[in-house]
Amino acid sequence: MELSALSGGFDNAAHQSATAFRAIMNVMARPGVIETVTGAVPPKGLSIAAGSLLLTLCDPETKLHLAGELDTKIIRDWLSFHTGAPIVPAAQADFAIGAWEDLMPLTQYAIGTDQYPDRAATLIVELPALTQSGVTLTGPGIQTSAALSLPAIEPFRLNAALFPLGCDFFFTAGDQIAALPRTTKLESTPCM
Amino acid sequence: MDDQTKRKNWLGLLAKSCPNTVNQLCKNLDEARSYDWLRQPEVGGVMVRGRMGGTGSAFNMGEITVTRCSLRLPDGVVGHGYVQGRDKTHATNAALVDALMQTDRADQIDSDVLQPLRQKRAQQQAAIQARANATKVDFFTMVRGDD
Repeated sequence: MELSALSGGFDNAAHQSATAFRAIMNVMARPGVIETVTGAVPPKGLSIAAGSLLLTLCDPETKLHLAGELDTKIIRDWLSFHTGAPIVPAAQADFAIGAWEDLMPLTQYAIGTDQYPDRAATLIVELPALTQSGVTLTGPGIQTSAALSLPAIEPFRLNAALFPLGCDFFFTAGDQIAALPRTTKLESTPCM
Repeated sequence: MDDQTKRKNWLGLLAKSCPNTVNQLCKNLDEARSYDWLRQPEVGGVMVRGRMGGTGSAFNMGEITVTRCSLRLPDGVVGHGYVQGRDKTHATNAALVDALMQTDRADQIDSDVLQPLRQKRAQQQAAIQARANATKVDFFTMVRGDD
């Protein structure tokens, strides 16, 4: 195991994970809001926000899928030392992380069952940048409307149509994080 | 004995030794205490599994408390400490000894820390064995002489 696979965890786990959890909960409760999460120094390929998110939410009982280029030995080692989360194929995952194109198709992830809609996958999408512009969002947690730079529209619309089933999404870029739960409705910005 | 078996042995010894003894013996390692934390000492539980009489299938015997930590010496050597109980100093010392045992100070650490622990462990085991031996019953059959 390489050395950088062991370093870069929270150095004050109790406080840092609580602060990160608060930010993660806020962005999921208020779609369109962007917060910063820091604390982790993950190996190359993972953003700070995504690394901190995984350290906060993953443990040996959450199955994780690494999509595309993120499935490297160093990232696997880092996650197994700091979280112990088992790495699984997409269909069994509780959490999946990767670039938007690598995570496709969305149909391969668990969407929960009618009895247990919570048994759905949460996808963590790594984006180059995150801004409050682009697609207009409405729904629970949004007073009038919000906007978020989503990588696509149609897949999220289809996902929202599955409600109460469907996946939830986190978007990470650098140390920024935003979220899109399955309850949010999407409209493309009207043409000028 | 390969390196991994040796490491297993000293980690097992440190894990099972009495915290006070380990901490006492590690007092002199103070000059080596310039390490970085990879994982600060944390307390958790692990399930101990047992097997009756060496055959049969394994069963869950019960949970025990374990404290673990990982540290890195300035020269990059990594040490892990997993010990029974909730003594964080004990876990730190175990990780420190584990790290130092992989450096060129191994022989000195072995004689200063591990050797006394081994002796103590042997004494304890001998005492337990003596107690068990005292309850030994020799069964014998008298010659019945009925043929």
